[in-house]
Amino acid sequence: MKFALTTTALALILAAPALADIKIGATISETGPASFLGDPEAKTLKLLVEEINAAGGVNGEKLELVIYDDGGDPNKARTFATRLVEDDEVVAVIGGTTTGTSMAIIPVFEDAEVPFISLAGAIEIIDPVKPYTFKTPHTDRMACAKIFEDMKKNAITKIGMISGSDGFGASMHKQCLSIVGDYGIEVLADETYGPTDADMTPQLTNIKGKEGIQAVLNPGFGQGPAIVTRNYAQLAVGLPLYQSHGVASDGFIELAGAEAAEGVRLPGTALLVAKLLPESDPQRAVVTAYKDAYEKATGKPVSTFGGYAHDALRILVDAITRAGSAEPSDIRDAIEATKGLVGTTGTVTMTAEDHLGLDLSAFRMLQIEKGGWKIVE
Amino acid sequence: MPELLQFLLSGITVGAVYALVALGFTIIYNASDVVNFAQGEFVMLGGMITFFAHAAGLPLPLAALIAIIVTAAIGVALNKLAIEPARGAPVVSLIIITIGASIFIRGATQLVFDKQLHRFPAFSGDQPILIGGATILPQSLWVIAGALAVFICLWLFFTRTLIGRAVLATANNRVAAQLVGINTNYVMTLSFAMSAAIGALAGVLVTPITLTGYDVGLALALKGFAAAMLGGMGNPKGALVGGLLLGVLEAMTAGYVSSQYKDAAAFVVILAVLFAMPQGLFGRKSTDRV
Repeated sequence: MKFALTTTALALILAAPALADIKIGATISETGPASFLGDPEAKTLKLLVEEINAAGGVNGEKLELVIYDDGGDPNKARTFATRLVEDDEVVAVIGGTTTGTSMAIIPVFEDAEVPFISLAGAIEIIDPVKPYTFKTPHTDRMACAKIFEDMKKNAITKIGMISGSDGFGASMHKQCLSIVGDYGIEVLADETYGPTDADMTPQLTNIKGKEGIQAVLNPGFGQGPAIVTRNYAQLAVGLPLYQSHGVASDGFIELAGAEAAEGVRLPGTALLVAKLLPESDPQRAVVTAYKDAYEKATGKPVSTFGGYAHDALRILVDAITRAGSAEPSDIRDAIEATKGLVGTTGTVTMTAEDHLGLDLSAFRMLQIEKGGWKIVE
Repeated sequence: MPELLQFLLSGITVGAVYALVALGFTIIYNASDVVNFAQGEFVMLGGMITFFAHAAGLPLPLAALIAIIVTAAIGVALNKLAIEPARGAPVVSLIIITIGASIFIRGATQLVFDKQLHRFPAFSGDQPILIGGATILPQSLWVIAGALAVFICLWLFFTRTLIGRAVLATANNRVAAQLVGINTNYVMTLSFAMSAAIGALAGVLVTPITLTGYDVGLALALKGFAAAMLGGMGNPKGALVGGLLLGVLEAMTAGYVSSQYKDAAAFVVILAVLFAMPQGLFGRKSTDRV
């Protein structure tokens, strides 16, 4: 009897590697200051992996997700990245919720030659191109370009800028200034505010007082843009106000108040306006499916950030399927060959020179009207 | 000229927010010489609890009342569970305990509520009031009125009531206060309840302007603390004047110099004042009678 038990146990242990799952890793900022980005990302990954496994897995094998919470701390992220590579022996990693954590862990994956798909915004992640590093969110520079294109279309040539001094605001401010000249637009006023400031009327008063300004652009994130929008209405500035993709969410309209936010324009993703997309839009089916699944599973409204994680996992699964192998180097080659993959942020076509694979059409120019969104293109 | 007025109104709006937060520091400081770094968390709780109670369908005034009572209870719990057991510890240790408590409250709020930013409607609408070409929101007037009301109540409390004097006596010399029959444990509990309630009231009043989220407490506490230091720690008048001064200073720098140096300019002035008057503008002189 005892012998039988031992052999059964032994057989089970020996059998385990035969059921080898495809192990993928993630280090996400589920808690900490970036938790409102990381929380939907982690939920999305768990939800989709469950969904994929229920549908039979990838190439007949189940996915196993090893997920760590780095709390937005680059040091912790680096520790987890090393653990993912050395102890968990994953074949690919999704993560790096913020630019800070992403930049800290890129060297780990480049050295270990494990493909890594970042969920952070900065262009530095994929420029210059590193062989094993990819990312899903569009860059700040693309958001600037989209906004300036819209301004140009509306014959706006002189603008004022009011930017947050936090990481996001400062980075986008820099990117916007570097390309604004290409669109023949001149920045006449350049103001900033702190990320936790409660009132921006002095800065806006100065912008309002500048002769010749035709529109105002507010690169920012978190509560700042909502307060700017409220102060903008309070001062009755009366010029078009452009916000960034950093606040492209229903929560922003709620925070700023529908009345104050009326007429605000910003570049957003298809996910935000899933219900407004025409039937012919290739993204419609993808974003509607993800939105419904996410909202049903979590009871919370879907967010752009969760969409980044959705796209990263889809790209990865697509690559593993096409590679027909779960070897990190094969997966890497397959990711780089991603072509026409429709995600929530846009249609992804990667090349050896472009590890993001999105163009400006990934953004939709949106306008807030009566507390809702309207596509203006 | 309308610009100057607008900068001034902006400064007063922000300054009243700082003053309300700064006023919350005074009672606990007066009772125990402890600077309570969880004060910002009380402000945050006031806003968050009100928002979620309001979102659950309660009318705003009732939601605000619940928030103030619950936060006061949390203040009492903080005193009973963390401060009282460490009674014999030096003030610095107690201050470190309040820092720990603030981290704990922030984490708990993330779990109990959520990680998003929130706002509830202003009490009297969003229609700006025009004053000589400049504008101010009605909610700013509520915040200013709130700061003034709390200031007057505190001033009366410390100078006109027996229990207020008992609070001051406890801070001055706990053993002597006990000898003359003051229940110092009760005084400490009361001061935590009152500080937490004032913090929560501040949160209720400022949320329509500043918005709220689990992590807004730290920034508010930092500015409130700076305002309290500028005016003189422990003095309600100092908190009010310090807060308004800090707000106006920031607005003027943002308006006339550069918004980049707004915070820096304010802190340079605070440093200069503290060099000349280490006790702040209205701080009590620390003389020990022998």
